[in-house]
Amino acid sequence: MAEFALPKNSKVQQGKRFPAKPGAKNVREFRVYRWNPDDGENPRIDTYEVDLATCGPMVLDALIKIKNEIDPTLTFRRSCREGICGSCAMNIDGTNTLACTKAIEDCSKGDVPIYPLPHMSVVKDLVPDLTHFYAQYASIKPWLRTQSAPPPKERLQSKADRARLDGLYECILCACCSTSCPSYWWNGDRYLGPAILLQAYRWIVDSRDEDTGERLDALEDPFRLYRCHTIMNCTRTCPKGLNPAKAIAEIKKLMVERRS
Amino acid sequence: MSHFDPLRNPIKNARGLGSAKEGVHHFIVQRITALALLVLAVYFVVLIVSLAGADYATARAAVAHPCNAVLLVAFLVAMFWHGQLGMQVVIEDYVHTPWLAMSCQLAVRVACAFAALASVFAVVRIALGA
Repeated sequence: MAEFALPKNSKVQQGKRFPAKPGAKNVREFRVYRWNPDDGENPRIDTYEVDLATCGPMVLDALIKIKNEIDPTLTFRRSCREGICGSCAMNIDGTNTLACTKAIEDCSKGDVPIYPLPHMSVVKDLVPDLTHFYAQYASIKPWLRTQSAPPPKERLQSKADRARLDGLYECILCACCSTSCPSYWWNGDRYLGPAILLQAYRWIVDSRDEDTGERLDALEDPFRLYRCHTIMNCTRTCPKGLNPAKAIAEIKKLMVERRS
Repeated sequence: MSHFDPLRNPIKNARGLGSAKEGVHHFIVQRITALALLVLAVYFVVLIVSLAGADYATARAAVAHPCNAVLLVAFLVAMFWHGQLGMQVVIEDYVHTPWLAMSCQLAVRVACAFAALASVFAVVRIALGA
């Protein structure tokens, strides 16, 4: 059955508090999910008081400050710090987003809760296991597939056809959308989820790709595609402002179109 | 997803049993029955309201009228069909134990089919004056 409650060893407990240094002027509390696979303990919420007067503006700046100056054991992924690598995707202030593009002042008043992406296995602290997510991406064969012989130069594309990839190619596969989707929570083992379906659509509408029918064949499945019930969490949460729900709807329309 | 065998390559899990190559038929019929119900449900409510307070003979005569009988049968078939399709989705979403999911799907189909047959039979029986 679907899981509506956390298993015993996943129940989150109150953790430690790390007070700000005396004399801190602009203190904000960050309540961060912590879990260490090596100590046999339940997950806990540690509270860090951070002086924003000496901190950068983004949530990632606060996390880096915590790791550098308060608690070096805090574990999270980060790389580009400008919203293009997707490494620092996490649940901040109740919404999946990128820590590097989420301003601290845009979080609701009071403390800032930070959790790993929902309903994924946790590797440690804020690091989710994305193995299956990446395998699902590989399973749609996300590359140009053709039947025709390679042309002597590049495969040409009209400006109008290129424009159809706008709103799709920008996806950085951060998994914010997929892990915000209840259907992906309950059936993520078989449902591809919004991120992968948006990527699938990116190749379906590519005018240079010649495997469109095979791509649709591979998606036509009660679980791979039709678990989407247009809940729209994906579109609401996408930190890049993309619309995976629309991409999925377009795939469903093509499924009907090729039969009528 | 922790039940996956760690010895298997992740792509084995992701590809699973492959695509069922169906689902679009369910999608289309669900929408056609929904559209039909948009009209038929309004008709049904109007009919029931118009019969409020009427005696048995009047209600029976209204159901026996050929137009009402046909529309009622259409409503009943569309409703139970749509209900079965909807329950199928709910079970697929939430019931993950294979034998239980299959039993639920079978039970819902049997229940909806019998309910549709029984209710259609009732209307036909009245319409034909049996």
